[in-house]
Amino acid sequence: MTVPTLGKDLVGLEHLSAGQIQLILDTAEPFKEVSERPIKKVPALRGKTIVNLFFESSTRTRISFEFAEKRLSADTVNVAASGSSVSKGETLVDTARNLEAMRIDMVVIRHHSSGAAQFLGDRIRSNVINAGDGKHEHPTQGLLDMLTLRDHFKKLAGLKVAICGDVLHSRVARSNIWGLLKLGAEVAVCGPPTLLPRGVEQLGVTVLPRIEDAIQWADALNILRLQLERMEAGFIPSLREYNRVFGVTSDRLARAPKDLLILHPGPMNRGVEIDSDVADGPHSVILPQVTNGVAVRMAVLYLLAGGAPDWVSGSGGEER
Amino acid sequence: MRPLLIRGARVIDPSRDADGVADVLVVDGKIRAVGRNVAPPENARVIDGAGKVAAPGLIDLHVHFREPGQEDTETIATGAMAAVAGGFTAVCAMPNTDPVTDNQAAVGFVVRQSIRAAKARVYPIGAISLGQKGQQLAEFGEMVGAGAVAVSDDGKPVVSSHLMRTALEYAKVFGIPVADHCEDPTLSHGGVMHEGLVSTRLGLKGIPSAAEEIMVARDIILAELTGGHVHLCHMSTRGSVDLIRRAKEKGLRVTAEATPHHFALTHERCEGYDTHAKMNPPLREAEDRDAIRSALKDGSIDIIASDHAPHHYDAKEREFDDAPNGIVGLETALGLAIRELVVPGLLTLPQLIARMSTMPARIFHLSGGTLAVGAPADLVLFDPDARWKVEATAFHSKSRNSPFVGEELIGRTLLTLVDGRVAFDRSLGGD
Repeated sequence: MTVPTLGKDLVGLEHLSAGQIQLILDTAEPFKEVSERPIKKVPALRGKTIVNLFFESSTRTRISFEFAEKRLSADTVNVAASGSSVSKGETLVDTARNLEAMRIDMVVIRHHSSGAAQFLGDRIRSNVINAGDGKHEHPTQGLLDMLTLRDHFKKLAGLKVAICGDVLHSRVARSNIWGLLKLGAEVAVCGPPTLLPRGVEQLGVTVLPRIEDAIQWADALNILRLQLERMEAGFIPSLREYNRVFGVTSDRLARAPKDLLILHPGPMNRGVEIDSDVADGPHSVILPQVTNGVAVRMAVLYLLAGGAPDWVSGSGGEER
Repeated sequence: MRPLLIRGARVIDPSRDADGVADVLVVDGKIRAVGRNVAPPENARVIDGAGKVAAPGLIDLHVHFREPGQEDTETIATGAMAAVAGGFTAVCAMPNTDPVTDNQAAVGFVVRQSIRAAKARVYPIGAISLGQKGQQLAEFGEMVGAGAVAVSDDGKPVVSSHLMRTALEYAKVFGIPVADHCEDPTLSHGGVMHEGLVSTRLGLKGIPSAAEEIMVARDIILAELTGGHVHLCHMSTRGSVDLIRRAKEKGLRVTAEATPHHFALTHERCEGYDTHAKMNPPLREAEDRDAIRSALKDGSIDIIASDHAPHHYDAKEREFDDAPNGIVGLETALGLAIRELVVPGLLTLPQLIARMSTMPARIFHLSGGTLAVGAPADLVLFDPDARWKVEATAFHSKSRNSPFVGEELIGRTLLTLVDGRVAFDRSLGGD
């Protein structure tokens, strides 16, 4: 059997095949179990050096990657933009070359500019994993959302997922759109027209103008964070009105024809895009998403380092 | 100066509607004779023009030479050298230098550096507003007296409609055009490429076509109000073309230019975050590119200008959001125009020469654009069929930021004369 490989970098889901995405999700399954053990460690990446290069502040993603790396026994270094040479005006390419000169194996990068991960991947030999670049992609978030959906619905083909909110500025939305479409799900986007990107329907998604329509249509809602600065930039009049018109509330969900699975990539603005009783309600999988994030990132790190899925399954992730 | 005879070239001179095989004799810096069987004077250099085109030197109304301020990316001397290598005998330098070319002394500096370089003629364009700040009018009269041929705040849009109006009115005193970079910055705000499907996929902030068209419409309305001459820089959208077409039908004093990259490339070129495809105005959609081509054919867009914008190589070697706009264009303009417009049959070679030489000269009231007997010998000899590969290291410009590196272009300059002097000679042969 030929097993697809991921190539050198994971920049986004747009250019992955369905087979590659399936491979990551399948590889994540056995890694879920590792985090449930009393001793949460396998030797899969022992001796590998990984740099977590975060040009943007991040709690969840950075810690999730760090746990994934440590549970695979890699040696990790965290670099935050503030307090490093970056804040002294060093360019991204120089930062990359200096890291490379220290003979590292992988870089996990979070950056405020779209394309930064690819830029880095094109210029260094180490594997590059995109942990979110500008408004482009956040592939491991897309993958963990898909893994969570798959856990619940068993398969993604034919599933109806509505991505709600600020799609324009969302890398999570783009990774979800590409990944879900490739695995046969139906995808809709729903949000104020001011926060939907031009030509988004040409990506193969349905545009639903009202949140009520999305709730009627979908099996699952993936509710995006509304950045507070969107109001100042004039995209929406107020957070209050946003909640009134586009908020996912229990009243609105009560009118749905079926129970909807609720996802949110975090951090949440409770009372803005999502009400607390929905976030904390019985159909919310917001915390299982976080749990799955570690497993998906372990799978990505493992596969990029040259691991194959059958080395993991059943064997607890032993080395070759 | 040794007399020079080009023998048996296809001589194309749109200023006289001339196109046919002839000899061109240059004596004492002037065109002495154009015709059949011109006898060379004693000691003349004779060049075989068979299969080649002799035309009035190309004229580029829109270049950025970075002197003063950023001499590491281009100087007036290196820019003027790149110009003659590309077949241009005259170029107009935009004033967005550091400091801004917004006064008599700064304009005089460009003129002096041009004379010192002694390659292409470099004509200064003065700023519309002091410091290009968009507030107070610069001294048009003093700048024209020192050699400015037009005014522009290019690089920045003229946001204030009042300022644009007064500039158009005041420029009439001196008979110079006001060249505008059309962009509504409140709409393009922070955008780095064309707003469309590609920007959506790449997650880059888009610049809608409307950001250009709003200002094109405004400028046309103000041209009508004032009777002034507005020259619209680097048009990029089909909507702009429609607006210009209607303005010309009304007989307004509106002229417009398009760049080779806007008639050759589309926004898909930004895929992979290629910063050499980052320009302002941005590369647009195929329909826009096709509209620009049609406009060059029917004359809605009068001329081709390069918007030559040199940047140091590492300035482009960075995140797309942070990379500067623009590409070098002087040395690829002719080859692109022939490949994209002449070979597919959109323009004839004489029409192309008109859009790259005769018309630019008329719009900015420059000498050149003609091979009339007695005119200064600003002339280009080029091989219209030469296929050559663009190599960054072969550029005469100090900068190499071009998306066309590695591509095959058609048509290449062989010899460029400025005032009868050999300013560029690819072969150095011919005796």
